[in-house]
Amino acid sequence: MEAKAETAANTINIDGQEIPFEHGQTIMDAAFAAGVYIPHLCHRPGLTPHGSCKLCTVDIRNRISASSTSDRRRQTKFTVDADSRSVSACTTPAAAGQQISSNTPALNEVRKTITQMLFIEGNHLCPSCEKSGDCTLQAVAYHLGMLDGHFPQFFPRREVDASHPTVMLDRDRCILCELCVRASREVDGKNVFAIAGRGTAAHLIVNSPSGKLADSDLETGDMAVHICPVGAILIKEQGYEVPIGRRTFDLHHLGEAGLEKVVLAKTVYRDE
Amino acid sequence: MNKIRIATTSLAGCFGCHMSFLDMDERLVELLEHVEFDRSPLTDIKHCGPCDIGLIEGGLCNADNLHVLREFRANCRILIAVGACAINGGVPAMRNHFDLRSCLEESFLNGIGVENPQIPDDVELPLLLDKVRPIHEAVRIDYYLPGCPPSADEFLSVLGDLLAGRIPALPKKLIHYD
Amino acid sequence: MSPAIRTASSEQLSAFIANTCSKSSHLLHVLHELQHRFLHISPEAVIEVASFLDLPPSQVESAVEFYSFFSTVPHGRFDILLSNCTSCGYTANGQDLLQLLCDRLHVLTGKTRDDGLVSVDETSCIGMCDHGASLLVNGRPVTGLDAVKIMRIAELIETGTPFENWPAEWFDISDSIRKIGLLLSEDITAGNGLRESLMRGIDGTLEEITQSGLRGRGGAGFSTGMKWKFCAEAEGSAHYVICNADEGEPGTFKDRILLQSHADAIFEGMTTCAYAIGAELGFLYLRGEYRYLSPHLEAVLARRRVQGLLGSSILGRSGFNFDIEIVVGAGAYICGEESALIESLEGKRGVPRNRPPFPVTHGYLGQPTVLNNVETFVAAAHIAQNGSAWFRTTGTMKSPGSKLLSVSGDCAYPGIYEYPFGVSIKQVLDDCGAEDVQAVQIGGPAGTLIGRSGYKRIIGFEDLSTGGSFMVFGRKRDLLDIIVNFSRFFAHESCGFCTPCRVGTTLLKNAMNKIAKGQGTQYDLDEMERIGTLIKRRSHCGLGQTAANPILNGLQRFPQIFRQRLARGDFEPSFDLDAALEEARQITHRDDAAAHLE
Repeated sequence: MEAKAETAANTINIDGQEIPFEHGQTIMDAAFAAGVYIPHLCHRPGLTPHGSCKLCTVDIRNRISASSTSDRRRQTKFTVDADSRSVSACTTPAAAGQQISSNTPALNEVRKTITQMLFIEGNHLCPSCEKSGDCTLQAVAYHLGMLDGHFPQFFPRREVDASHPTVMLDRDRCILCELCVRASREVDGKNVFAIAGRGTAAHLIVNSPSGKLADSDLETGDMAVHICPVGAILIKEQGYEVPIGRRTFDLHHLGEAGLEKVVLAKTVYRDE
Repeated sequence: MNKIRIATTSLAGCFGCHMSFLDMDERLVELLEHVEFDRSPLTDIKHCGPCDIGLIEGGLCNADNLHVLREFRANCRILIAVGACAINGGVPAMRNHFDLRSCLEESFLNGIGVENPQIPDDVELPLLLDKVRPIHEAVRIDYYLPGCPPSADEFLSVLGDLLAGRIPALPKKLIHYD
Repeated sequence: MSPAIRTASSEQLSAFIANTCSKSSHLLHVLHELQHRFLHISPEAVIEVASFLDLPPSQVESAVEFYSFFSTVPHGRFDILLSNCTSCGYTANGQDLLQLLCDRLHVLTGKTRDDGLVSVDETSCIGMCDHGASLLVNGRPVTGLDAVKIMRIAELIETGTPFENWPAEWFDISDSIRKIGLLLSEDITAGNGLRESLMRGIDGTLEEITQSGLRGRGGAGFSTGMKWKFCAEAEGSAHYVICNADEGEPGTFKDRILLQSHADAIFEGMTTCAYAIGAELGFLYLRGEYRYLSPHLEAVLARRRVQGLLGSSILGRSGFNFDIEIVVGAGAYICGEESALIESLEGKRGVPRNRPPFPVTHGYLGQPTVLNNVETFVAAAHIAQNGSAWFRTTGTMKSPGSKLLSVSGDCAYPGIYEYPFGVSIKQVLDDCGAEDVQAVQIGGPAGTLIGRSGYKRIIGFEDLSTGGSFMVFGRKRDLLDIIVNFSRFFAHESCGFCTPCRVGTTLLKNAMNKIAKGQGTQYDLDEMERIGTLIKRRSHCGLGQTAANPILNGLQRFPQIFRQRLARGDFEPSFDLDAALEEARQITHRDDAAAHLE
C-alpha cells in the first residue's frame, strides 16, 4: 500500500504507461518529456499554454465514481462517459495518480472532428498553399486519417495583408491558435499580434497605427514569423523552395523529438 | 464473372485527377480485367447507366455540375469524391473570395484585353452558382479520395478494397492534400 | 443633433477622451462614452484611447470588436436594439415587431439609415422578460411593446423628438415581485449586517457565512463561505470583491429587481465580504443592458459613503477601508462567466481563462478575488444581519435558504417569485398561472428543457440547479422555433476562443435552421447529436459545455418536434440550390427553366 502510494506520488498514467512528472508540469509537459505524443496545434513548449485548439483533449478517469444526481449528469443518453472528465493536456497540471486516456480510437475521432472544424471554418486550400508539406494543421489531419472536411464549408472572406516587405499575412488560413501572439510578446519582446472580434468573426489583428504589418515592428527573424503552424504568416520569396519529398512532414513525424526546432528553421533542408 | 462497372466525370475540376488515374500505367491492364467503364471521358459515353462505382472529380460551380452529380448519385451504388476540388472546392473555390458579379465583370467587362464586353447570358449556358462548393454539400458521398491529384496508388488502394468487398481504408501514408 | 457634431476633430477627440478618463480609466467606461457621444468608435479614437490609457492599440481595437454594444461604423442618433429573447423578444406577442419598425422607418436591420437618424438591430435578451416585448433606445429600456407602440416610437423618431418629450411612463420599469420569501420580505437596514459582522470578527464572519450553507446563486452552487475563506487565506498584494451583475441568461431578471430595489443589501454583502477577506476595492460589473440603473446605483454608493459604510475606517473601525466602483459591460453574455468577467474588467476581450488557478487565488490583476452573484451578496448581507440559523430555517439540507425565480413566458403572472429551495416545478407553474403548458426551460438556454414528466422535479442544487430563469412554453408555442432561437443565441455569444464552441455552435445553428425550413433529414439529427455531444464535453468553458443543451434535451425529450419537420429521403443539400443561382439570374437577366434548380 505504501509502495503504491509512492509510485502514484510522482507519476501519471497515460494509456497504461506510467509517466513521471515534476511539480509544476502539465500533462502535456510530462508526456512530451517521456516521448508520448498528444496531438496539439496551439501548444509550443516554452510559451504560455493556451488550451484553445482542444486537439490535446484527454479524458481523466474520476477516482470516485460520481454519484451526483444533478441534472447535467442525468442526461445519460448523451453523456459520453460520466466516469471521466475531459481536460486539455496542455493546461492541466499533472497530478499524482491521474489515469489518462489519450491515444484511443474515440479520442482520435474527437480530434479528427475538431480538425475538420478548423479546416471548414477557414479557407484551407492545400494545393495552392506554399505551406503545404510544412503545415502542422495538415500533418495533424494526416495523422488522424482525415480524408475530408465533412461539414459544409464556411468560405469566409478574410483580409490578406501583404504590406510588409518580407512577411505576409493570409488570414484565410489562420486557426486562431495565438502562437504568433504569444511568441511576439513572450519571446520577441514585442506585441505585434492580437485577436479581435468574437465567435466565428474572431480574427488576427496587427498592433500598429494602420493595422498593417508594414507599420509594425515585426522582423523576419522574429519567432512570431516562424511559429505559425499553418500558412497564415509566411516569409515572402521563399515559397516552394523545398521540393516535394523534402519538406518537413515528408521527412518527419509530428511526435518526433526536436521537431519544434526543425519547424522553426525549415530552410535547413536546402543543404540537407 | 460480371465486371464492376465504373463511371467517372470531372465537374469544376481540371481533369488532373483523371490523368493521375491513368498514371497507374500497366496496372490499368490488370484493373480492366475486373472493371469496365460506363460514362467517362475515357469512353465518351454521354450519360450514366446503373453502375457500381462513380468517381467524381471537381466541385460544383454551375447548374450543369449539379445535374451531372445527381445523375451519378442516382445511378452509382458507391459515389466517391475524388481530389481536392470535389472535397472542398479546391482552387476554383478561390473565387468565393469575390461576389459572382465582380468575377464576371472582371472576366467579361473590365479585364485587360476584353473585346466586345458583355456578360454571357445565352440560355444554352449553365448558370454559375454564387459559390463553388464541395460535392458532399449537395448529395450523399460514400468515400473520399483526397489529393491534388490523388496518386494512382490511392485509386488502386480504394478500388482494390472495393473489388475485394472491403470497406475502403486508405493507408495513412497515402493521405495527402496536395 | 446634426451629424456634423458627431465627427470630431482630433483636438475634440483628445479633449473628450481626457475628460472621460479623468472620471474612470476603465477601458469599457471610456468606450461607452465614446460610443454614446460619437455613435461609433473610429480608428482614430482607438489610437487616442490607447495612447491615453497607455494600452496597445490592438487591445483597444480587439475590445471594440468584441462587445456587441460598440461599433466601428456610425449608428443612428436613435440607436434601437430589440431583444430577440423568447420572452422579451420582438416576436414575443406573436408579431414581428422588428420587421414592423424597420418597414416603418425605412431602414434595414443592422444598417444605419442614410440620414444618420436611426439604426435598428436585434440583441440578446435584455432582461425585461416580465414586461413582454422590449427594446433599448440609446440604452434606455422601453417595454410592453405592441404594434401601436412601435408605430408611435417610429413617429417620435421620425420627428426627432428628444426623450424628454417621450411618454415618461414608457421608461418606468416596475419590479413585478409576485411572491416574497426570506430575502424579499424585509429589507436590511443599511449597516446592520456590517455591525454584526464587526462584532463577530473576521473568523466569526467567515464561520457564520459557512455555517449558513449559502451556495452561489449563479447556478454553480459553490459554498460561499468556503470561497471567502480560500480567498482570505490566499496571499496577494491586494484582495478584491466583485459582484457579478452581468445577468445575461435569457429569461433572468431577478438581479435587475435587486439592483433597483435592494442595492443596499448588495453593497452590504460586498462590504461584509471585503471585511472578511481584507479587500479595499470592489467592483460591481453591471451588464450593459442595465446601464440605465447606473445613476441609481451610484447614488446609493454615495449615500453609503456619507453614512460611513464605505470609504476609510468604515463604521469607525480603523483599517477597514473599502470602496466600490461600477463598471458597465457592453453586450457579451460570456462575461457572466467569472474569469471572462475579470478579463473584461481588466479592459480585455471577455475570454474565459484557463483554470486552475481560480479567481480566489488569481483573479482581478492576478490577485485573490471573490466573485459572487448579486443574489449571493444579498443573501450574505441578510445572513450577516440575521445569522446563519435564521437562514437555515428554510430550504433543504443540501440547498439552504431561498431562491429567486424569474418567471416568464406563457403564464398569467410573470415576475419574481421567491421560494424556499425544494419547490417543485408544478408548484411554480400553478402559482404563476400557467395553463396548458407544453414545456418549461429551467436555467435559460444553458439549462434544461423539461416536459410534463419532469414537473415533479424540484429547484435545488440536488436536482435542478439554476440561476433563476424559468421560462414557460404553452401548447401554442412552436418548440422547435424556441430551440432555433437558443442555437442562434449561443452562436452569437460564443467568444471564439476554443474550436469546439466557436465552430460547433455555428454548425448547430445552421443545422437547426435547416431542420426548421423542412430541409433536414435523419442524417442532420444524428449529426447534431454527435456535434452537440462533442461541444458539450470538449469546450473550454460553461458556455460551450451548455450550448448544445437545448438541442440535446429537445432530441431526447421532444423528438417528435424534429421528426415532424424532416424532409423525405436520407439526404438534403446543405444549401438552397435555387437560391444559389439567384445572383447569376440577376446578372444575366435570365429566368428560363434552365436558370432554376429544384
